[in-house]
Amino acid sequence: MSELSLERGLDALRAEIDAPVAAFFSSCVHCGLCAQACLFYLETGDPQYTPIKKLEPLRRVWEAEFTLFGRLKGLIGLNKKVTDEMLAEWEPLLYDSCTMCGRCSMICPVGNDIQYMIRKTREGMVASGHAPEGLITAAARAVRTGSPMGLKWKTLQVQIEHVEASSGLKVPVDVAGADYLVLLSSMEIINFPEYLEAITKIFDHAGLTWTLSTDCYEATNAGIQIGNKDIAATLVQRIVDAAIKLKVKNVISPECGHAYTAVRWEGPNLIGKSYPFRVFHIIEVLDELRASGRIKTEGKEMDRLSMHDPCNLARKSGVIQQQRNLMDLVADNFVDLKEHGRYQWCCGAGGGVSSNERAAELKMTAFKRKKAQIEEVAPERMVTMCATCRTQLEEGLEEFNMDIPVVGLTELIAEHLVEK
Amino acid sequence: MSTPMEFLLWTKGPMFDWAIAIFALGMLARLVEIFWLGRKPDYAEARGSEWGPGFRTMISRSLADPGTFKRAGFDVLVGWIWHLGFLIVLFLFIPHIELIKSLLGLSWPGLPNPVIDAVTAVTLVGLVAALIHRLRDPVKQHLSTFEDYLVWVVTFLPVITGYIAYHRLVNPYPVALGLHILAVEILLIVLPFTKLTHMFTAFIARWYNGAIFGRKGVQS
Repeated sequence: MSELSLERGLDALRAEIDAPVAAFFSSCVHCGLCAQACLFYLETGDPQYTPIKKLEPLRRVWEAEFTLFGRLKGLIGLNKKVTDEMLAEWEPLLYDSCTMCGRCSMICPVGNDIQYMIRKTREGMVASGHAPEGLITAAARAVRTGSPMGLKWKTLQVQIEHVEASSGLKVPVDVAGADYLVLLSSMEIINFPEYLEAITKIFDHAGLTWTLSTDCYEATNAGIQIGNKDIAATLVQRIVDAAIKLKVKNVISPECGHAYTAVRWEGPNLIGKSYPFRVFHIIEVLDELRASGRIKTEGKEMDRLSMHDPCNLARKSGVIQQQRNLMDLVADNFVDLKEHGRYQWCCGAGGGVSSNERAAELKMTAFKRKKAQIEEVAPERMVTMCATCRTQLEEGLEEFNMDIPVVGLTELIAEHLVEK
Repeated sequence: MSTPMEFLLWTKGPMFDWAIAIFALGMLARLVEIFWLGRKPDYAEARGSEWGPGFRTMISRSLADPGTFKRAGFDVLVGWIWHLGFLIVLFLFIPHIELIKSLLGLSWPGLPNPVIDAVTAVTLVGLVAALIHRLRDPVKQHLSTFEDYLVWVVTFLPVITGYIAYHRLVNPYPVALGLHILAVEILLIVLPFTKLTHMFTAFIARWYNGAIFGRKGVQS
């Protein structure tokens, strides 16, 4: 990233403009309903957070260079230019106040997929040198060390030893020919080691063959969050190489939202070809094991549980019913938040916002939307399946003095397995 | 064009031809501009299909989800009322149907004039409400440009001039009718170069939206 410039940024934006983008910008009537779908607007009341307006840099390039009328306007000097000053002004709008949750894309009356275009616009921001410091650092660390938090295998090795000691089970590492290659996120390794223990128990219970890879255990993709295809492709390629080397048939993305988007949906396009393996989110795998009767559970949680759908998993990937099937398996008193599934509200931390220190205060303000939703159904505990969401829920609930613990769905399932 | 009748004949003759030509060629250029760009191939394994969900979203996005309706009911209702009113008046007023029949050979039953009259009045009120909302709502203020107001004017003019002509509020009648036809022609000429293109492109946008989400197994 040594030669970042406005011209490179504009080139990156040009390269992102396709038929959907042109159809979307041609259709916007400035109705402003997207603001009603955006937690950053709703919780601040500040119109600058209106989602479609966040795309102004991309829209200007489209109008000036991809429309006949725009070109004519350009000849007589009527087009507004995209400048470095403008991009600097837009940087907080594109990064601090957008989690790419995609809710505006579900609401826009003319059908604009705004989130699709935010992702594209960030490519131009990175190439022009207008990405937030926190994300640049995370991306650089991910490329250099394999983990956005700079984690090394030996840290994971320690976790593995803990898990093996406490579960009495072997955590398979570099096992060629296993059915599943399991990926993790750094945040899980550091903050939620119970996840690794949970899958170790569940897979043993279900009799699956699985493995971790010392070459690549990190599923998260800072390149997707910051918006840089080169970085994103480098990180995805490591997963592909590890999966091919170990000859696995399936790769499991962990309880992390954007990692799933990265490896499941963007990955093949980043490397320009289909994978020789399939990709699942852990929740999909667990539900499949449930459906085929390979998970036997006993007992149920009796307290009032509600659930937060991660945007990347539910609205952006169609994994909505699976987590509810699993909740039914282990929860006696489960209540959904009022707007859930494809209409759920983001926790406020996704899309790189949580790695961007500058956005910390805004992130907590945005959380008020989730807080209100939680208050509406008054659960005793929240369940989710994304480490970033979980951290934000925990921090947010603590900030507002709400005594509601948050648990991961995978560990909840593991707690109810029938002892062999 | 010194007499009212000559003015009317001009709006019905050469001016009409120009307006239709600019509208058709302009809109064609806009559509070519969009589709020419194409889409990159998607190598990710699909969870759902694109075509069905794309077509469903083309229709379903006309309705707001319950949450949005609750949060922005006025906006949604006003938008619905004047869009629907505009379409009813455009396609179900008997003289309009006659015109379409003479141009395309297609026709269908219309609504009685008093009904059209009432719908026109409601549409006008709806358009004025939409304008007031645009002027007062902070989000719309932040988004609005000169074009938004220009487009409001060229949308409002055909409706108000139609209402004036129908009620003979301006005399002589050929002038009133000529002004109505001219207002429609201005709308047609402006259309391809402004956000009015959404009349057509919104359905393309909705299809892409439905297809992008549909591929991932979500009905958008």
